[in-house]
Amino acid sequence: MLRYIVKRIVQMIPILFMISIISFIIIQLPPGSYLNTLIAQMRATGDEVDMEMIEALRIRYSLDKPMHIQYFNWMKGIITRGDFGFSFEWNRPVSHLIWERLGLSVAVSVSAMLFSWIIAFPIAIYSAVRKHTLGDYFFTFVGFLGLSTPNFMLALILMFISSKYFGFTVGGLFSPEYMMAPWSWARFVDMLTHIWIPMIVVGTAGTAGLIRVLRNNLLDELGKPYVVAARSKGISTVRLVFKYPVRLALIPFISTVGWQLPNMVSGEAVTATVLSLPTAGPLMLAALRSQDMYLAGSFLLLLALLTMIGTLISDLLLVLVDPRIRYE
Amino acid sequence: MNPKNILEVRDLVVKFKLSEGIVHAVNGVSYDVPEGKSIGIVGESGCGKTVSSYALNRLLPPYATLSGQILFRQQDGNIIDIAKLKPEGREIRAIRGRDIAMIFQEPMTSLSPVHTICNQISEALILFQGMTKKQARNRTIELLKLVGIPQAERRVDEYPFQFSGGMRQRAMIAMALARNPRVLIADEPTTALDVTLQAQVLSLIQDLQNRFNLSMILITHALGVVAHMVETVNIMYLGRIVETGPTMEIFEEPLHPYTQGLLQSIPKLTGRLGERVSSIPGSVPSAYDIPKGCPFEARCKHRMEICREEMPKPVTVGSEHTVYCHLYTGREAARDAANA
Repeated sequence: MLRYIVKRIVQMIPILFMISIISFIIIQLPPGSYLNTLIAQMRATGDEVDMEMIEALRIRYSLDKPMHIQYFNWMKGIITRGDFGFSFEWNRPVSHLIWERLGLSVAVSVSAMLFSWIIAFPIAIYSAVRKHTLGDYFFTFVGFLGLSTPNFMLALILMFISSKYFGFTVGGLFSPEYMMAPWSWARFVDMLTHIWIPMIVVGTAGTAGLIRVLRNNLLDELGKPYVVAARSKGISTVRLVFKYPVRLALIPFISTVGWQLPNMVSGEAVTATVLSLPTAGPLMLAALRSQDMYLAGSFLLLLALLTMIGTLISDLLLVLVDPRIRYE
Repeated sequence: MNPKNILEVRDLVVKFKLSEGIVHAVNGVSYDVPEGKSIGIVGESGCGKTVSSYALNRLLPPYATLSGQILFRQQDGNIIDIAKLKPEGREIRAIRGRDIAMIFQEPMTSLSPVHTICNQISEALILFQGMTKKQARNRTIELLKLVGIPQAERRVDEYPFQFSGGMRQRAMIAMALARNPRVLIADEPTTALDVTLQAQVLSLIQDLQNRFNLSMILITHALGVVAHMVETVNIMYLGRIVETGPTMEIFEEPLHPYTQGLLQSIPKLTGRLGERVSSIPGSVPSAYDIPKGCPFEARCKHRMEICREEMPKPVTVGSEHTVYCHLYTGREAARDAANA
């Protein structure tokens, strides 16, 4: 097993290189660079544009060099020093910026994921076992409602409810007094009073889809002969359903669970923007828009890496739940 | 209830309500299972033989409706009507777990692919016989040895996909035996197996039936299979029993035209090369819309006016040989007259 994992990790390296090249090219595809954005911004605010300063910046960030040189410099920094480059817009190292926000992103995403699992699993199982009953139709209706409600809309509604009826500050993950404070128990509690909105918003989007998929997987399994054979042993319905068909219905689900990993970084971008959460999603969106290329490139690289790690985790989990799958 | 019998089925009717209409799967079936004896139910695909046997353990899907009586004599002598029990209640589960065990026709798919053989067999032992995990495991190994699985100590921890078809059917048999059942229902236990394995598995079942004094219901579409294994045969067609009697009598003197057709359609080793195997003309009528007269009427060589109109009444010829056919309506009266 260890050999298999090592092999898979070694295989990731060339893929990551290829992805880094492609993402670097894609970021550079739109005409101009961050400096053009900067010039435009300065003009818009009526500042005088100092062309000498712009030129100095161009040289400082090696923007005057050809693209492949820029790429090699960036890669050299990452491999030799773990330096992912500098963010033009924030004037800070990329790695600091990402790390700072990643924790909160993970907090929001994990809580949303758990929320959606806790809601979706029991409903899916109920809907499949009691298929075509009133309860099943009710949950199907609610599920589709959740699936078709735009996230930003739900975010706005919950924000309204939260501020009007509960008196919490609108948006963000912290009350103003804790915004810049160091971590403490009080700050954590404060976060909990805020995190439920993004948790519900991000969670409901996935819940409906999850219910449909699990319900259908389970319906497939419930009709199989091994279920009848297990029933013929005299096991109670609840025990039977959880031991046999649910276990098998989870296999397709587990094969994709690893893809939640990249979602943790970029999945809540729209919601986070609406709710002005200090998470990674909006940062990435802004970086792409302003052509803050090292920041955007690092994000894309991180997403690629997380996708690959997620797939590996899924594959390893699959081996645990399905004995028919073996390492080569 | 006859004291000799462990199970008596009376006027069993099973219908499936589907969106396309009502499927009349079993239309009034009655038969007896004498304690410690084996009976056969024979018929072609779709005649309701599997459905009627699933009914005995209440394993039918929720959209099935069931009527009639399934009288079962419990260990303590009490008689219980299985047809009246709650579908997934405690009582029927206790009967499934202790009294009536089933062997299914698909050994490939009737075992869970992600649980070990040990887990699946010992489940009933832990649940109904109060064994610890370790005791159940040891008992499972014993059972696997009993059904002829080599290296049982090692193979007990394997998964079904590591077993061959014949092994899986043996494991299924062990799973059924684990419950120390009093009635064993074998639903086409050899249909999915190679011909060479069929004989082995059948003789294993017969051997176990004798050894543990099981009452057995053997369901099959192959008359040849029941010939050596059961005392009584019930021939089923379109959800009804058309003829029932001692196996040898049915073979020597088949009365119902359908039974005769079945026997003639067995290929003979002594036949000439190129000779056609005889078949019954026509096909089984739809179970959505069953005829009100004799179910076999449309395909019968001897059909008469009355066959279309009226369901034939049972005619008893010989001591336990009964046929449902208008051809013999006079016979019983004639015999009764002769006896008088």
